[in-house]
Order: sequence, then structure tokens, then C-alpha cells
Amino acid sequence: MAELKMPSLGADMEFGTLVQWRVTAGDRVRRGDIVAEVETQKGVFEIDIREDAVIGELMVAEGARVKVGAPLASLITTAGAAERPTPTIPRRTIAPEVVSAVPASVPAPPPSPERLRASPLARRVASELGIDLATVDGTGEGGVITRDDVERSAARGPGVLPEAQLPGMPPAPVAPSQAPAPVAGMRQAIAAAVSRSKREIPHYYLTRDIDLGTAMSWLRSANESRPVTDRMLPAALLLKGVALALTKFPQLNGFHLAGEFRPSADIHLGVAIAIRDGGLIAPGILNADRLSLADFMRSLTDLVRRARSGGLKASEMTDPTVTVTNLGDDGVQTVLAVITPPQVAIVGFGAITERPWAEHGMIGVRPVVTASLAADHRASDGRIGSQFLAELSRLLGTPEAL
Amino acid sequence: MTAPDVRAIVFDAIRRVAPEVNPSSIRTGERLRGQVDLDSMDFLSIVIDLHEKLKVEIPEADYGRLTTIDEIVSYLEARMAAMQGAR
Repeated sequence: MAELKMPSLGADMEFGTLVQWRVTAGDRVRRGDIVAEVETQKGVFEIDIREDAVIGELMVAEGARVKVGAPLASLITTAGAAERPTPTIPRRTIAPEVVSAVPASVPAPPPSPERLRASPLARRVASELGIDLATVDGTGEGGVITRDDVERSAARGPGVLPEAQLPGMPPAPVAPSQAPAPVAGMRQAIAAAVSRSKREIPHYYLTRDIDLGTAMSWLRSANESRPVTDRMLPAALLLKGVALALTKFPQLNGFHLAGEFRPSADIHLGVAIAIRDGGLIAPGILNADRLSLADFMRSLTDLVRRARSGGLKASEMTDPTVTVTNLGDDGVQTVLAVITPPQVAIVGFGAITERPWAEHGMIGVRPVVTASLAADHRASDGRIGSQFLAELSRLLGTPEAL
Repeated sequence: MTAPDVRAIVFDAIRRVAPEVNPSSIRTGERLRGQVDLDSMDFLSIVIDLHEKLKVEIPEADYGRLTTIDEIVSYLEARMAAMQGAR
């Protein structure tokens, strides 16, 4: 019988808290359906299922802290069943192996003392307000902690422990909660990922200035005829260009796992997105190379919105095969980025600025961007990297083909 | 629609992308980007929001004239007046 396992929602993640089940035993689910919500140091994510199945047994209670790779539920898979003309799933990503690379024998953890029944919203509010849920009385159905309970508790001020414990709960520890504040938690997660990257990955770096004269005037006239809601940003051109260029350079797209590089047939483009109150997250636009530019822009807008306000899916966190970081908005010229393990490359863009540009013995002024590549030298060499940047430059010179 | 409405709608659009901002701390005659953490995606969201609330077309070519709150408000009022006149 197949199992739904706690996914790895980032190179640094060891545990996730199962916040809420969206299904119960016996439910029929289809590929892409959301079955649960999981909270990590980087926020709350929706767990989407990878294949059609019937939910067997829920093996983990809401509120439990679960190790990455440990089973969450058993699945009765219906793949290949005669009842439905099965659309063949296109080239599988290798991401599921990231999850299954963790020994399957990891036991589900015993019910932890901090196992509390609280609504996802209450958890979010509690973490925003720095309230330890163990100190909150639940007044919702069955003693579930609601948002109101959290806010009431916050209004009482810190350090006031409730007189009554939740039924069946061990006495709450008197010491303040060890749980880090959300921003500090995200900082820790980033610290762990970049430290691992710099420890394990021999980076090499290349940069190339790219003339965007044609691309920017094409974009300007394309946007003139579009309603504001369909307007495209230069970032969409740059990122789509990266996705297309990668189709020719599989050495830069995939995962380095267990001592060997496994290229990915699919291009799932991770996009580094700054979170407003601090921190960074890099969810992916799946199959980015196959989207039209307009669809790509819509996906990008939607991804940024969800990264900042919640609602990212697990697959968007586990699947990216490469990452792009676009730091141009504040005027920086060159970004030499840190690869997100187990990926093997990250492409960086600085600001698009007008610069003197010499060509055919003439100097003109053009909008120029400095593109950079940081790549894993175990998976590729500088020549591949420089050919990739040349291809990117060529593609950005023919924007109508993006 | 009167002038204060437009100003309130502009503040509202900014707050939607930057909820951490205290509107009373924004100096309306100074560059917005220096006071509020906005990237180009945020700015586009604000433009879309203003377009939807006020039914005003804001061509990309005019973005350069929209750097302060005061500029944005007078730009929008002028556009709205022009639309009224055209009817």
C-alpha cells in the first residue's frame, strides 16, 4: 500500500507540524487535490497529492510534529485502474525521491506534549503575536483553540498562564516556549540551507552583460495594447528566457543526490521571493518552459501573492529543479547567488539599467542587465555555464519567441 | 468623486501590498519607493488595484510620473476629469 509521507519543503526542513487534515479515511482524491496543511519554519503549506488515490488510514493526528519522510496516511492508489481512462502523467519529476530518500522506517513520533487542537488561523495568529498555544484556553467545538481565544490570550498579556489545563494535557511548562518567533524561525531555516550549500557545493560563478534593447521595446509595445491586468514585467521575460535556455543544458537542471547528479526532464523554475517582514522563500513555477509568456506572467504574479499571503503547495516547494533570483529592484548590478541544495544551479539578475554599449564599432546607450550563473562544479563545467548564458542572451534578443 | 476619496483609495491600494506601513508616516510629497518597501510586482499590483477601483487607464509610459502619493493623486484626478469631459 502506498503512503503519503511528510514532504521535505526545503533543504533545511527536518520536521513539519500537521496543522489540519482536509480529508478523512475513505475519501477519493485526485492528483493535485489538497489533503492537508503542514506548518514549517517557513509558514503553512498545502499538501497536494501526486496521484489519484483513496485515503486509507490517517496515521498522524492534527497538531503532531512529524519527521520528514515519515508516513502521514496510507493510500490505496487507483493508478491504472480501469474505471478511468488514465491520462499518462507526463515525464515524472524526480522530486518524490527526495522524500523517499529518507528511510521509510522512521517511526511516527509519539504524541507530543505540544499536540494541541487549534484552527490553522489560530495557529497563524498565535505565531504572529508570539503566543504559545499551550497557554491558550480553547473555547471552540471540542476545546479547539480559535482565533478569538488567541487574541483574548494576547490581550491578557504575556506570562499569564491559564488556571485550567486542557483536558488530557500534561501541565504546561512554566518556562517560556522554546518556539522561535516566525521571522527568527525563517532566518534559522535560511541559515541552515545556505550553510549546507556552501559546505557541500563547489560553486563556480559566471556573469554576462545582456543587451535588452530589443526585449524592452518589444515589451513596451506589447504592454501598450494590453489591459493593465495583463501587463507583463521585464522579470517575466528574463525568467522565461532562463527556463527556455535550460532546455538545452540539462547539466544545470536537476538534483545532486547521494553523490550523483540526476538531471530532470522537467524544468520547474524556483523563484526567490522576499517576504515582507523578512526572509526568503523559493517556490517553483512548474513546467515553466512550456508556459506561454502570458501564462508565465500570471503564474509568477500568483506565486508571489501566495508566497506572501499563504497558500503555497507542497509540490511547489519540493519540485523546483533550478532557481532564479532577481534582485534588480533596488539597483544592484550583479548578484552572485547561493545554490539551493540539492539543486545544481541558480541564475541571478541585477537591475536593468541604461549603459554604454559598444557594437559594430559604435557606442550607443542600451538597457542592459547583468545575468549571473552560480553552478555546482560537480555537475557541470564553466564551458557549459558560459554556453548557457550565451543561449540566454540569444533568447532575450528575440523576445517574440519567448 | 471628490479629491479625498482618491487619496483614500491610493492609501488603501498601498496598504494592500504593504500592510506593515503606517499611512500617517508617509510623506506624500516624497518618493514613495524610498519610504515603502515596494518592488516592481508590488507597484503593478497597486496600478491594477487603482485601475479597478477608479476605472482609469494608467499606461506604462506614465509610471515615471507616479513617484509620490501627491503625484499619483493629482494624476488620477486629472485622468478622471478628462474621462468625464470626454463623455
